[in-house]
Amino acid sequence: MGVPPPVDRLAMRHLTYLAVLAGCLAGALWLEPVLRVRVLRQWRRLLLTVVPIVLIFGGWDVAAIAAHHWSYDPAQITGVRLPGRLPLEELLFFVVVPVCSVLGYEAVRLTRGRRRDDPGRGRWRDDAGRRRSDVTR
Amino acid sequence: MTYTEAAAVGVAGALLLDLFLLGTRLVTSRTFWLTYPIVLAGQLIANGVLTGRRIVRYNPHAIIGWRLAYAPVEDLAFGFALVLSTLSLWAWLGRRGGAGAAPPGP
Repeated sequence: MGVPPPVDRLAMRHLTYLAVLAGCLAGALWLEPVLRVRVLRQWRRLLLTVVPIVLIFGGWDVAAIAAHHWSYDPAQITGVRLPGRLPLEELLFFVVVPVCSVLGYEAVRLTRGRRRDDPGRGRWRDDAGRRRSDVTR
Repeated sequence: MTYTEAAAVGVAGALLLDLFLLGTRLVTSRTFWLTYPIVLAGQLIANGVLTGRRIVRYNPHAIIGWRLAYAPVEDLAFGFALVLSTLSLWAWLGRRGGAGAAPPGP
């Protein structure tokens, strides 16, 4: 076989944006098992966070596409378009970035041991006690 | 409306959400400002690839023209609004008494 035919390379190129998203996830998902941040475990809370974000920022994206603020290289996306000409990758972007952000936020909270200035102090006590016991420090 | 203006509205909206609507006040917490640079580093890399490889292309008339790691500065504002509203919602849901909080695990 040797060199892959150009058509394959073109097919791979359509996955470029998806590969970027996979890279983001790879950079953050390890926090769940390694630091035990318990973000994915709280999947309903995560879902309730992500859904409004997807709707609001997806709406912004659709409006921006319509207003010609930005466009996407058809060669580097899968070509799956959602209503409003929103590329599938953009929808996933608004899922992946929030998930990564929450993982990072919880990792910081966990390593800081919830000090005084944390706005969640107090009401997070149940979680805090449980999580703190996970950390040997 | 240009992307520059929309990005400014986005940041204002996220601040409004955090400070007043949900009252999570993350922007006054050290935890948020320790988290944001980490997320920002990731954003600069991912966004740098998306814009540097021209996967996402911007209308020069919609942006002010300043760029950082290939990405228009407006993307920084967009990212800030996205991250702040996400974390504000997450924190708010957690405060409300564990909507969907994880049960004590095995």
